[in-house]
Amino acid sequence: MADFLLELLCEEIPARMQAGARAELEKLFRRELDAAGVGPGELTIWSTPRRLALIARDLPLATEAVSEEAKGPPEGAPDAAIDGFCRKNGVTREQLTLRDVKGRMTWFAVIDQPGRAMADVLAAAIPAIIRDFSWPKSMRWGAASIATESSRWVRPLSGIVALLDGEVVPCEVDGISSGRETFGHRFHSSGAISIASADDYAASLRAAHVIVDHEERAALIREGAARAAADAGLTLVADEGLVVENAGLTEWPVPLLGRFDEAFLDVPPEVIQLTARVNQKYFVCEGADGKLANAFVCTANIAPRDPAVVVDGNRKVLAARLSDARFFWEQDQKTPLAVHAEKLARITFHEKLGTVADKVERVAKLARWLVESDIVTPAKAGVSGGDALSSEMPASAGMTKGVLADMAEQAARLCKADLVTEMVGEFPELQGLMGGYYAAKEGLPQEVSDAIRDHYKPVGQGDEVPTAPVTVAVSLADKLDTLAGFFLIDEKPTGSKDPFALRRAGIAIISLVIRNSLNMSMAATLMKASFGVLDYIYYREHDQKLSTIKDVFPLLSGPEGAISLLKAAFPKRDVVADPTAPPKVIQRDRENAARLQEMVIFLFDRLKVQQREAGVRHDLIDAVFALGGEDDLVRLLARVHALQAFVTTEDGTNLLAGYKRAANILKKEGWSAAEATRIPVTGEEDPLAQVDDPGMADIVAEQAALRASAVPPLSYTPEAAEKALIDALAVAAPRAAEAVEAERFADAMAALATLRAPIDRFFEEVTVNAQEADKRTSRLALLAAFRDAVHRVADFSRIEG
Amino acid sequence: MSADLAFAPAPRDPARSFQDMILTLHDFWSAQGCVILQPYDMRMGAGTFHTATTLRALGPEPWNAAFVQPCRRPTDGRYGENPNRLQHYYQYQVILKPSPPDIQALYLKSLAAIGIDPLAHDIRFVEDDWESPTLGAWGLGWEVWCDGMEVTQFTYFQQMGGFDCKPVAGELTYGLERLAMYIQGVDNVYDLAFNTAGVSYGDVFLENERQMSKWNFEVAETGALFDLFAKAEAECRNALSAGVPIAAYEQAVEASHVFNLLQARGVISVQERTSYMGRVRDLARSSCEAYAEKMAPEWQAKYPGWSLV
Repeated sequence: MADFLLELLCEEIPARMQAGARAELEKLFRRELDAAGVGPGELTIWSTPRRLALIARDLPLATEAVSEEAKGPPEGAPDAAIDGFCRKNGVTREQLTLRDVKGRMTWFAVIDQPGRAMADVLAAAIPAIIRDFSWPKSMRWGAASIATESSRWVRPLSGIVALLDGEVVPCEVDGISSGRETFGHRFHSSGAISIASADDYAASLRAAHVIVDHEERAALIREGAARAAADAGLTLVADEGLVVENAGLTEWPVPLLGRFDEAFLDVPPEVIQLTARVNQKYFVCEGADGKLANAFVCTANIAPRDPAVVVDGNRKVLAARLSDARFFWEQDQKTPLAVHAEKLARITFHEKLGTVADKVERVAKLARWLVESDIVTPAKAGVSGGDALSSEMPASAGMTKGVLADMAEQAARLCKADLVTEMVGEFPELQGLMGGYYAAKEGLPQEVSDAIRDHYKPVGQGDEVPTAPVTVAVSLADKLDTLAGFFLIDEKPTGSKDPFALRRAGIAIISLVIRNSLNMSMAATLMKASFGVLDYIYYREHDQKLSTIKDVFPLLSGPEGAISLLKAAFPKRDVVADPTAPPKVIQRDRENAARLQEMVIFLFDRLKVQQREAGVRHDLIDAVFALGGEDDLVRLLARVHALQAFVTTEDGTNLLAGYKRAANILKKEGWSAAEATRIPVTGEEDPLAQVDDPGMADIVAEQAALRASAVPPLSYTPEAAEKALIDALAVAAPRAAEAVEAERFADAMAALATLRAPIDRFFEEVTVNAQEADKRTSRLALLAAFRDAVHRVADFSRIEG
Repeated sequence: MSADLAFAPAPRDPARSFQDMILTLHDFWSAQGCVILQPYDMRMGAGTFHTATTLRALGPEPWNAAFVQPCRRPTDGRYGENPNRLQHYYQYQVILKPSPPDIQALYLKSLAAIGIDPLAHDIRFVEDDWESPTLGAWGLGWEVWCDGMEVTQFTYFQQMGGFDCKPVAGELTYGLERLAMYIQGVDNVYDLAFNTAGVSYGDVFLENERQMSKWNFEVAETGALFDLFAKAEAECRNALSAGVPIAAYEQAVEASHVFNLLQARGVISVQERTSYMGRVRDLARSSCEAYAEKMAPEWQAKYPGWSLV
């Protein structure tokens, strides 16, 4: 058994690439050993800015000899075929042997692969690893780069140490020969150092002022920075990203604390922290009061002769940065946000969706509409938010609808204004936050400045979801406009491509709605947002405003229209426009309605993704959504929760089994009476094809439901179990339907639960496929009625298990 | 020789004199075999525009040069009131083709020559890749930090004018004022000692910064600038069609600077900006391409087997 050391020395590797490079080195090394049939034992991979190192323990000194057999053509095959087989396997004809394969004599080549010395395997592996190594960005360099094919590395590669049990593994890559010499710290060590073996590697480098283990450097920085802060009576603001980055920038990290002019603390703390972090990679500290202190911690790559000199240099750089920041902070405040906002007309949001000012106009109207339509109300947003959060927004408590609508519109009009400020120009990540600060400085109401600050939230899953009503209105309007806008210009996400972050916008919409229990028809709301976008587009293209939403969605406007749309969203069919409208309008309407359908489906797909994290089963969401007609996310989820609670009980599991059995029998028997009256929500066929008016669908569905729950009178005396099911159904079906109507979903489930025992007994005791035709028909009708009663609560056919 | 005529130069004092710092860099890079060039006699935004960098980065022939290039950034003007920002400042450029294996060591030695001791100051190579869409060029490298301050841009050119650099050149761009402020321990650029005879940077440039900032931002006649831009563009095309790409390149540099002036005057809207940048890019790239294509046969004759693409 032997230990192997590989070190690849190069010029400074970007800090952000080092973790990936370690993984790549491990992957390629394993690939090479696998190919040689060697399972590596323990692997250690280290990185510094200047080197990647790998230590593999307990490698065999040689690979095992292997004997492989290859089956060739049968005896008597044409010479060409046999010669070809020999060439392929690198053997001569004389080396072939004949064997009986199922009664037929066949040529075999036996290829003996002798064991190879491990040093030879490694000598071949190293150039292959370097050649195949994948960097996020790589380059050519030096005299060899006169040829296009010269080798590539992240920065010029300068040395290879390769030692197997202390012996050099000889190899060469583009003029660099392997050896045992490497270099220590750039400044604390001079000349080459010689490595004896894998065991001595880390210690030899440490003696040359290089800590090769990146984890050890990270720990030194983490602890050293915290200690430096503590020694100054401060607390370090922990920042693991900075720890890792600094560990990737140093071979001998020395955290040093410095102070900056207290006067800079007038600038918002986020700005100071960002300046220090992004531009200089410094940590910041807090005082005992929890406020940002006038201190920073930088990480030097040397043990400086006089630390004060290094600290002072860093202090000056930070001071220059902070005076820039303070200049922006003061400069920006000289102009009111409303005036900044005028400049948004110069920034393109998207070529087809206009400038940011155009978007702001749409968002402002939509935010107001959300309030005026009682979707976002003074009381509602935040009401479900738990005590901690709702207590933070007392201001909304006594707010009237009118005030809320005004504030939502005002905040929306100002929410993007900070994009043209100097500060956000310099630090785009401060968007929103700076607008909030500037609004507060201007003396705008706190609800408005908070909304400006937080309207981008939530950014991704796990981010805090706003609950203050003004913020909710602006945030929701902003994201609805984005989603509708890009879908309407056919820029929806495809596969891994989502350049406009629409999936994130979708998740944000869902989170806002659920967190704040906003009752609204998703389809109607998206339609309103789409109207705003389409109005803009038509105005730009035809210089004419669309007077009402009816111009765009002639038959879809209004809540009934939205429901029809939703139902229609599932069978792949057009929503039919007003037949009296001009053909051009009908065509346009169809296209826009199709996109609206896509938006609704997209959001429900996002809902499934989002709810998976919360442990809600996607099949249950499907089961409720598939019924159609329900696009109120809050109500839908309440139903899904009740369903999930139910299907995990014993009653639920058994009822599901009973349902599936009933459905299977009905399917097998080709039972179509109920099928024809029920509106399926999926499938290739379009049962609504003849129903031109989507409004008709509701009527058809209603009749179907009525018929389904009414079991036709029997022409014979039912068996006891049959009678029991009929009676149970007569009670349970209307009870479940009523409970659903009243949004008492647990009660609906309880009603279904009463069917479990009767259906089980029915299947045990009653023969559905009776000899007598009338019995058979009646029993099938009974099962259909049972199935449909269950269906009123959820589409159980979509439930897994 | 008569004793009256004998001249013994004073020892350089880079820690106390801006010009001595420059002369020390000249001494250092001259000793490495670089030709020491004078600045390009045109207004430009960065030393990279000097033909000794752009055009010489193309082709197979070795090329080692060092020079100071005055840079003009009209929008960075602060009327002489900002201690760090100037609309006119100096870059020190070194171009080494092919990039030598010890280029980092040479660079660090040059810092030591002007008085930066790497055990007293924290020198770091921090990832900073370079890209100039205008020149169809990009490279990988670092910004070099000295105690947290960026003092040099260090780039391995990978492409220029849309062509792979074969071989790759290493480019060093020292920010001279910053380095000098650091070495002299001065917080305001105008307080730098220009020489050891009492002349400050402010004595030389303060009034210039005031007047030029005013001209850049407030005075320059924009009609004339638009006209200049159009003329430079036309002349670039004229030179290209006449097969003199170096002359065309000069016109591209001119157009680029005039565009920067128009920007400072605030007369180019966001939408127009993209279009103007595209026009400048087109001129610069066409000139680089035409130069590379014109020279390619000669290069191939000298370096059999070498190809432009």
